[in-house]
Amino acid sequence: MATYSDLKFSHRLFMQNYPFLRYEIADNPVARMSKPLNECKVALITSAGLRLENDKPFKHSNKLGDVSFREISNEIEVQSLIEDHKSSAFDHLGIESDKNLALPIDRFKELVRNKAIGSLNHRSFSFMGSIINPRKLINETAPQVTKLLKEDEIDCVFLTPV
Amino acid sequence: MCVQTVSLIQAEIERNKIPTVSISLLKEVTSILKPSRALFVPFKMGYPLGLQNNADLQHKIIAQALSLLEKNNTPILADFAPIS
Repeated sequence: MATYSDLKFSHRLFMQNYPFLRYEIADNPVARMSKPLNECKVALITSAGLRLENDKPFKHSNKLGDVSFREISNEIEVQSLIEDHKSSAFDHLGIESDKNLALPIDRFKELVRNKAIGSLNHRSFSFMGSIINPRKLINETAPQVTKLLKEDEIDCVFLTPV
Repeated sequence: MCVQTVSLIQAEIERNKIPTVSISLLKEVTSILKPSRALFVPFKMGYPLGLQNNADLQHKIIAQALSLLEKNNTPILADFAPIS
């Protein structure tokens, strides 16, 4: 189980002192499902820093974080994705051996085959967490992804951190 | 910081009328940020769907998370139940 006490000392100290409350989602937005899950078109989003081999790498040098995102076609072989996350706060071995651990494209294709969901979007979106200053994420890239989700007529979204 | 990143993206999507659910790996962070729907999983950082190459466990976690989409008494922070 992950709690602050499980983190390395330096990471624990950072997390305990980071002003998370500044980013509290105080407006409590809530959208309701408009149809049963087995009719829904689902999209996946991860903050695992996954990208296609030919994609531009996430920028590790920006200490405040890289707020950009990459599109990942659901036609790719999931295991061919590159894990590009800069954080040393987590063990990368699991994701390296199974990218579905963070971006479960294969699991959701199985849900489509089992008729548990209607369909999986043709693309997923990948960010790299470790965003210390999320202002541009809030004001720019999260709205950009949301616009793309609306263009894709997505019914619901499943998100995974690492 | 991944949990914060996901929560903030989630909020923006939800504001635009698309229901969302996320996995949480750090309850302390999710409790403060309060995204609409999150499933807290008892796994270490880097393992949001439990274990690599364990499709059964990954499906259990996904199914429990997706079940939260029907709930609207947000914010919801549920605990993953390994046996259900």
